[in-house]
Amino acid sequence: MDTLKNLLHNPRFRNILSWAALAAILVGLVIGTVQTTRRVEYIWRWEQIPRYVLFKESREIVVEDNATVKALDRAGSSTVIVAVNSYGEEQYYNLPKDMIEVAVGDELKAGDLLAKWTKWKPGLLLRGLVLTLEISVLSIILGIIIGLITGLARLSSNPAPKWLAIGYIELIRGTPLLVQIYIFYFFVGQVFSLSSFWAGVLALSFFAGAYVAEIIRAGIQSIHKGQMEAARSLGMNYYLAMRYIILPQAFKRILPPLAGQFISLIKDSSLVGVIALVELTRAGREIGTSTFNYFEVFFTVAALYLILTFTLSMLVQFLERRFAASD
Amino acid sequence: MIDVRNVYKTFYSRHKVEALVDVSLQVDKGEVVVIIGPSGSGKSTILRCLNHLEKPDRGDITIDGILLTDLKTDINSVRAEVGMVFQSFNLFPHMTVLANVTIAQIKVRGRSREKSEQITMQLLHKVGIPEKANSYPSQLSGGQQQRVAIARALAMQPKVMLFDEATSALDPEMVNEVLDVMKALCREGMTMVVVSHEMGFAREVGDMVIFMDEGRIVEVGTPDKIYDDPEHERTQAFLAQIL
Repeated sequence: MDTLKNLLHNPRFRNILSWAALAAILVGLVIGTVQTTRRVEYIWRWEQIPRYVLFKESREIVVEDNATVKALDRAGSSTVIVAVNSYGEEQYYNLPKDMIEVAVGDELKAGDLLAKWTKWKPGLLLRGLVLTLEISVLSIILGIIIGLITGLARLSSNPAPKWLAIGYIELIRGTPLLVQIYIFYFFVGQVFSLSSFWAGVLALSFFAGAYVAEIIRAGIQSIHKGQMEAARSLGMNYYLAMRYIILPQAFKRILPPLAGQFISLIKDSSLVGVIALVELTRAGREIGTSTFNYFEVFFTVAALYLILTFTLSMLVQFLERRFAASD
Repeated sequence: MIDVRNVYKTFYSRHKVEALVDVSLQVDKGEVVVIIGPSGSGKSTILRCLNHLEKPDRGDITIDGILLTDLKTDINSVRAEVGMVFQSFNLFPHMTVLANVTIAQIKVRGRSREKSEQITMQLLHKVGIPEKANSYPSQLSGGQQQRVAIARALAMQPKVMLFDEATSALDPEMVNEVLDVMKALCREGMTMVVVSHEMGFAREVGDMVIFMDEGRIVEVGTPDKIYDDPEHERTQAFLAQIL
């Protein structure tokens, strides 16, 4: 009994025990997942997934009428086949070079092969990922601009910009993003005839802008007021002082909360699937409905989101380390 | 050079504080004026009014012939002529010493980068720390930071320098290195208004000492007169406490 007690108080043994516990939990999770799927008799078909990321498309081009190949005109990366049919009419086929299966003088029957090639094309998941990335990057950039303007307006002593900013922030923070997306799509989109892409991007930008504004306001207020006074006492106007003295310092401080906001934004972009934008989540749902392989599809979708968010975190950590030079 | 006439300033925070009551003072070109007084006596407020970090409620302030309290006056251009050194240094922590001193020269005075850096290095030599040009403020001692702050203000080639308790936040062994720089400035004929309790400094280079209490100027005189033979009771009581 005593030896057991001693063992339990040995820090090295306790350390080993913690690691063993962690390993046991992870193994348990895997076994549990496998067992559950076995119980619902799910058939895993991971081999289905890669073709939704990238797939090889093969194309075959055939001649329309019985014809004779009159000429092959090579120009750049393509070749034009000139074929003359039995009525003496010339037909032109513009095809990629190096894939041509015929030579000048060949006599062809209708349906004979002229050229064939295979090409890698992005699948639905990859296209969804790219759309998610486009929407997120645009919304982050617009969100920063909107947030900066609103944050500064919020701090203004002039009541007009100040109360407009407060109203906007409260309006956005007090309503669900999904509702905002619908409003941007059905109302704002109709009035200004926006595409669903821009309706989605603007909805997300104004949503992020409100939160960014509060982060920027807090960042500016956290800078000691002596900094503004020192800058002004050197004759700098408000804009110069903000641009060169206050904002660079505030930006360094707000980088971590800002990063969190933008990671949220990437994840929130999954909501724009409701306005007919086939971004990553919507792409997953569409693949799911046609294959019924929901498990694999959404695990893959989750992994792709993780790649985006993790990359952003890494980028921000890199920036933080660079700005730390003056500490 | 500086003409302050009947200036009033009241703060309304939790309760009403009369920071300045009917304050008037004149400083001639090349004169060094030292303001002393207990905390909350308005000595910092009058200094801050001189470069419009605080706007007086009433009264007129003229610097080098320009009426500061006139709404049409471009405050930024006046501020560039009035250098200010703060108790807490207020260097820009995200910039090197060199950038701290050059930024306003470039952005406000419109000097070229080369010219600004040349002036900056001359000034850093003058305050005795040219080797710190590429350091960040956090790598400097308090005394070194304050000397950079002085160089930063001088880089604008101001007509007047204001010092707001420039040595109060320093460790005792660093006070002299900053005072030496300030004394050198006085000898060069700079017009200075200094809020400081350093008696040695006031006696050595001060032309006039002003004692303030509760927002009012209580007594004005030469350093020797104020320190050795103060007339007013409150001045006597205050000096008895700090000396």
